[in-house]
Amino acid sequence: MDRRASLKTLLIGGLSASVIAEACKNADKVKVQKQDAASTNDADRMPEEKAYNKKLKEEVFFTTDEMATISVLADIIIPKDEVSGSASDVKVPEFIEFIVKDQPEHQVPMRGGIRWLELESIKRFDKSFNKLAPTEQLQIVDDIAYPEKAKKEFSQGVSFFTLMRNLTISGFYTTEVGFKDVGYMGNRPNQWNGVPDDVLKKYNLAYTEKELKECISYNKAPGA
Amino acid sequence: MGDIQIKKQAKKYDAVIVGSGAGGGMAAYVLSKAGLKVCLLEAGSAFDPAINSAQLKNPWESPRRGASTKFRPFGDFDGSYWGWEIDGEPYTKAEGTKWDWWRARMVGGRTNHWGRISLRFGPKDFKRRSIDGLGDDWPIGYEDIKPYYDKIDQLIGVFGTNEGLPNDPDGIFLPPPKPRLHELFIKKAATAVGIPVIPSRLSILTKQINKDRGACFYCAQCGRSCKVYGDFSSSSVLVKPALATGNVDLVTNAMAREVLVGRDGLATGVSYVDKTDLQEYQVYGRTVILAASTCETARLLLNSKSSQHPNGLANSSNVVGKYLHDSTGAGMGGIVPALFDRKRYNEDGVGGMHVYTPWWLDNKKLDFPRGYHIEYGGGFDMPMYGFNWGIEESNGKFLVNGKQKQAGGYGSSLKEDIRFLYGAGIGMAGRGEAVANIDNYCELDPTVVDKYGIPVLRFHVKHSSYEINQAKHMKETFKEILHNMGAVITWGAENDDNEKNNWGLNNPGNVIHEAGTVRMGNDPKTSALNKWSQAHDCKNLFCVDGSQFVSQADKNITWTILALSMRASENIVDQMKKQNI
Repeated sequence: MDRRASLKTLLIGGLSASVIAEACKNADKVKVQKQDAASTNDADRMPEEKAYNKKLKEEVFFTTDEMATISVLADIIIPKDEVSGSASDVKVPEFIEFIVKDQPEHQVPMRGGIRWLELESIKRFDKSFNKLAPTEQLQIVDDIAYPEKAKKEFSQGVSFFTLMRNLTISGFYTTEVGFKDVGYMGNRPNQWNGVPDDVLKKYNLAYTEKELKECISYNKAPGA
Repeated sequence: MGDIQIKKQAKKYDAVIVGSGAGGGMAAYVLSKAGLKVCLLEAGSAFDPAINSAQLKNPWESPRRGASTKFRPFGDFDGSYWGWEIDGEPYTKAEGTKWDWWRARMVGGRTNHWGRISLRFGPKDFKRRSIDGLGDDWPIGYEDIKPYYDKIDQLIGVFGTNEGLPNDPDGIFLPPPKPRLHELFIKKAATAVGIPVIPSRLSILTKQINKDRGACFYCAQCGRSCKVYGDFSSSSVLVKPALATGNVDLVTNAMAREVLVGRDGLATGVSYVDKTDLQEYQVYGRTVILAASTCETARLLLNSKSSQHPNGLANSSNVVGKYLHDSTGAGMGGIVPALFDRKRYNEDGVGGMHVYTPWWLDNKKLDFPRGYHIEYGGGFDMPMYGFNWGIEESNGKFLVNGKQKQAGGYGSSLKEDIRFLYGAGIGMAGRGEAVANIDNYCELDPTVVDKYGIPVLRFHVKHSSYEINQAKHMKETFKEILHNMGAVITWGAENDDNEKNNWGLNNPGNVIHEAGTVRMGNDPKTSALNKWSQAHDCKNLFCVDGSQFVSQADKNITWTILALSMRASENIVDQMKKQNI
């Protein structure tokens, strides 16, 4: 199978159109069929998985108020900045709703953690966390966001916020926006030709003659 | 429920093969190409990487962003159906022992997701007892298997380099990919302290070798299986061409129950339950070839009790299930500050490492008898579920763009940390040889059956000081390499792994290189198979998977399974033509 035929095979496999388009732009001019990859390409799933995923999607775990708190916290953890958007822009709260159904060990820590936060808020401000002013919300968050300097009395809050941070990061960076933010450039057909010359130079490294002689080399730079 | 009727297949095959992974796929390939009629039974479902792989899917195409499930313990896109647990198919462990058992239920078995690390055993690996007095020598030597390694190198394709090492033989290699940046760092740090780092040897096509398979396009996702067949999976590289001969009937969802024997004690076929209709079937052949995986093959033999073979088939020696051993494993990882704030580019490369360390020391000078190799990871990995999980453990340990911050945190400062740290992590894992031991074994659990009524395995496996001391040595080595790169160790150091947990040594079975349950040997009293993978007690029965191994070596076993299966299969063709079986 040559490279052209290889890429056709990928197309038949039903990959996202953008990946194929990118690949074909680089290699040849295979016609691209538009596909809704996310919703229709499930040839890689066992019947047991399809049934399980369907069941999870039909369940609801968090209440509306809990989802609102998750949304506030997710956007505190990953706000919009000059590089990329916020957690809620890419539906991180919806991801968290799914993942706690998928990994039930997160359910009690999340539900209980939100409740802990709620009680802390009422204690301090006599108001629900979701109704606090942003500065008031941050006042509580600052007490639970730094595990090494947090006061002992907030240790349960720290555990909850740590879980919330980890889930939010997973939810955000596993999106197209997240890929772009962090600069991940792979997951597409490529020809690995070694570390770019300017990078080698920066680290004062070079391939040995043996490596250059023995390793595969491509004349074209990737994408050229 | 009506009476169970056993449906007997009228067609008589030359061979019935159980299992379509490396061993069974190769047997089906060789026999069918020689014109023999084959029935290939597979306990799992159909699987063709071209259709069923999740290759190039993005994490957002998984509702769990690639996180693992019981269906996919190595992540939602991994190319293995099932893994550590299968619904309705339990296994048990004797009290105080540990065993992790990975079972893939699909055409091609575990070869759809394996690491493609394709190492030949060396001359010493077949003669360990002669060297250190432990375990047993194989009834064959490197010279017996070398021609088959040469053939599979060319048939299947493997990249690497000829280094002239005494116990890591040269092969017929495709060119390897150039090392990635972190691999150059590792190479520099390790070689400076006398630890060799050479190009890895993976069965991935850096060049096209035939018209049926594409060349690697560097997506680093061999673990998902390859849609263009650019790496070795039994499903795409062996089973598919075997089916194309027209000589193979593949039966999927066929869970083998027992090997049938005639009054003369010879194998006549296999009975199985079809998982889709739950009916019982029997299929007949002149020979029966087992490649159900090391432990499933032993289970099948132990479940094949008859008046001719009351202790289970091929088990007059009572060794079936014994000498079960897996590769050892321990790991360590860290962050390399020199790699902070790296320039971005696509460094996916092939699936897995571009360089590795073969065993380099002399065990006579050490307190453990067998060696290990080292595998390396790192770089710009695709963000998936778990990306930067536990960042609060590391982001307070470094200056980020010149600023010292508190661990944890949130907001644009956290986003800055993640960008700054991306691509600076590295990890390494040792994979070593455990010593095969008669006291490490699996047997039929006297009380437990699976949902098809088939008695299940109960495991009795424990590590000895040989393996534990080896893990300790791995840790010392990793620490030395990491320190030499200026890395900050973030996992696997002494606060995690120490004498209390055997230095982080993996549970037996966890490395998924299990072997040894139906070992070969010259003496029928101490081995189940002869040197042709043929049962001493039943001349038309063969075991061509990891079960036949006498010892592991400090190498992944797949390339040797393939070579042994090809050798046994060519001999079967020859013997059948001569009417000897």
